[in-house]
Amino acid sequence: MTIVNYLLSAFSIGIIFLLGATGETITEKVGHLNLGIPGIMSVGAAGGCLMLRALYPVRESCPGFIIVILGLLACFFAAGLLGAFYSFLTVTLHANQNVTGLALTTFGVGITKFIMSRLTKIGAHEYLYALPMFRAPFSNQTNSLKYCGVMTYIALFIAVATSYVLYRTKVGLNLRAVGESAGTADAVGINVSGYKYVATIIGSGIAGFGGLYYIMDYAGSQEAYLSIEAFGWLSIALVIFSLWKPVVCILGSFVFGLLYILNAYASTIFNVKLPMELSPALKTLPYIVTIVVLIITSTKKKRENQPPAGLGITYFREER
Amino acid sequence: MSKEIALEMRHITKRFGKVVANHDVNMEIYKGEILSVLGENGCGKTTLMNMIAGIYYPDEGQILVNGEEVVISSPKDAFRYKIGMVHQHFKLVDVFTASENIVLGDSGEKKYNIKAVNERVLGITKKYGFNIDPSKKIYEMSVSEKQTVEIVKVLYKNADILILDEPTAVLTPQETKKLFSVLRNMRADGKSIIIITHKLHEVLEISDRVAVLRKGEHIATIDTKDANESLLTEMMVGAKVELNIHRSEPKDPKVLLKCEHLTSINDEGIKVLDDISFEAKSGEILGIAGIAGSGQRELLEAIAGLQPLNEGAIEYNNPKNNEVVNLRDKNPLQIRNLGVRLSFVPEDRLGMGLVGNMDITDNMMLRSYRKGKSIFLDREKPRNLAEQIIESLQVNTPGVNTPLRRLSGGNVQKVLVGREISSAPKVLMVAYPVRGLDINSSYTIYNLLNSQKENGVSIIFVGEDLDVLLELCDRIVVINSGRVTGIVDGRTITKEEVGLLMTKSRDEEVENA
Repeated sequence: MTIVNYLLSAFSIGIIFLLGATGETITEKVGHLNLGIPGIMSVGAAGGCLMLRALYPVRESCPGFIIVILGLLACFFAAGLLGAFYSFLTVTLHANQNVTGLALTTFGVGITKFIMSRLTKIGAHEYLYALPMFRAPFSNQTNSLKYCGVMTYIALFIAVATSYVLYRTKVGLNLRAVGESAGTADAVGINVSGYKYVATIIGSGIAGFGGLYYIMDYAGSQEAYLSIEAFGWLSIALVIFSLWKPVVCILGSFVFGLLYILNAYASTIFNVKLPMELSPALKTLPYIVTIVVLIITSTKKKRENQPPAGLGITYFREER
Repeated sequence: MSKEIALEMRHITKRFGKVVANHDVNMEIYKGEILSVLGENGCGKTTLMNMIAGIYYPDEGQILVNGEEVVISSPKDAFRYKIGMVHQHFKLVDVFTASENIVLGDSGEKKYNIKAVNERVLGITKKYGFNIDPSKKIYEMSVSEKQTVEIVKVLYKNADILILDEPTAVLTPQETKKLFSVLRNMRADGKSIIIITHKLHEVLEISDRVAVLRKGEHIATIDTKDANESLLTEMMVGAKVELNIHRSEPKDPKVLLKCEHLTSINDEGIKVLDDISFEAKSGEILGIAGIAGSGQRELLEAIAGLQPLNEGAIEYNNPKNNEVVNLRDKNPLQIRNLGVRLSFVPEDRLGMGLVGNMDITDNMMLRSYRKGKSIFLDREKPRNLAEQIIESLQVNTPGVNTPLRRLSGGNVQKVLVGREISSAPKVLMVAYPVRGLDINSSYTIYNLLNSQKENGVSIIFVGEDLDVLLELCDRIVVINSGRVTGIVDGRTITKEEVGLLMTKSRDEEVENA
């Protein structure tokens, strides 16, 4: 049964990457490399937990799904707020995307640690009461796919819907055009700044779900918030790994999950005895695989597998 | 037959900072006609058209569409008034298909259905005689196919007024013929077509009327049937302006640089340099005249070792030991090590020549750091040089430690030219050294070049202002689409003659030959 456990855990942890990477993909599709994702995921989690904490007094009288929805909304709002700030700096003020993103990560992770440590102190983590609600509808059934909580389905839905919107609608076509060539999009009358703002904010909100999912579903512990940053960086790597395609991202998140928790299962499943010191090194596997994918796609030079052509380039309209 | 006016411009003025791009332009275009907008580089043709297309907004004046005054503040507005522009640099998304590019930005209520789009695209191509595959990706297309996509894109949006910015610049003669037949079909369909160009024979071939612009002003619009090449050239280049630039007789000219049959093909398979041969002599200024993008940059870069050549040889006669060396396929450093002194002032002065965030001293060092023997930098000599340049060229700067980007364009230019001259070159190549400079700074540069000339330096001067070329240069090489169309004496040639050489077509040469 360990193999089933391994696969299920990998799938579950992959959902964190999936949410983070889907959000980042949407942002990168409009040409913005948002390195603030680790911070945004953290802040999303903190925003959600704050809301859940506020709902603590009504936890008995209020239906579970309302609490989940309110938690998700708060999470989306908090993460989206950071995304809006990022857009303001990079789109309106033309600030450097990398510097802005890194600053947001530092800020987001820091403020999350502050908020979450206070939350834990004040109310003895009085947001964790919502764990069963997030793990609904099948709640805590192990060793089967029913193990998955509601956010798993939301994540899968978002990934598929994102793919549909990007590749099957006019909005998606316009959005991708903005990221490929903002000048072209501008010339045909697409509101470039508008698309950049909306995509970045929605992308940030979705990434924020990843943080909340980790605390309220996968980990379910009061110290969980400390590890969100690492998942943020992995999510950015996953975007590259999945070649900026949301559907590939679903598969990619599973692969990342398998690799990420390999050290815990290496000895039992594969009978590999690793020295204690080396086992954390296995956690770098997702990054190594990403580099391999980058090398392969770079040598093949297939245009569809390249990042959006305008990624990281600030668009000035008046420039001739 | 009385024709309806489709679009009218009244008293249009546009400024970029201090530069007036268009001044009080009045122009109109009728339904079912092809209007050529003719003019030299930088005469404001593209700027004017960009205002109709919603890229720029005029500072003064009105635009009327079908007799009603309209405000066009974005490309979207332009589409609403059925105006579409095909830009010189294609605005297409490489990884999209033709149809995806065509439907881009379309705000129609209909659901997104790529099959229906493909069908409509095919309908348009059939109607006007184009030939493209709607589901082909842009990056797999030739230049001519990309242009077709651009034109269909505009037609797809139901444009009645089409503006084409130098559509034939990238086409082969056969492709041009095809394009022209398509344009005639569109004219027959009642569309108004504006073509921006500087190719006279195309103007005469395709258009009904010609509007001539010079230095941002509208000179006149005449019927093509009343026009001929010499009349249009005269209107284009205008009367000669006396600049009184000092020009000394070359002293003891010797051939320093001999370019033979230089040919270079770019990534797109276009010959950017086509069998170029000329000689540059010591103690003279050799001008290079041509429409922008005729291969000037590539030519200088080829000599400087930055542009690979497919054919040809660059023979350099080293005056020190009279050895002849071939510079071809040598990198810039090797060229230096051979004792060849080429100094190159690139067109884009901050892009290739200088580093904006570094101060003047550091920029001096970019050229000289290899001379140092120790691992530490010697800032003493570069600083002296910087101070020397600031003094002798009257560079307006707070000091040698000010980052270059804080200086005005003219001062940056002086620093760059000063640095290149300080390395005591034997051949000095400069491209557009006075672009964007005021009159006084320009004369400072001319004097600098003249003093170098008197020292026996061979100067190759790429210029855009014909008046300057005619007064400064001893000889002028005229290039046109990467080919030499004439090597003329700067003292005797007239402006019109140079203008004609710059614009005459390849076909005519063949006929005349």
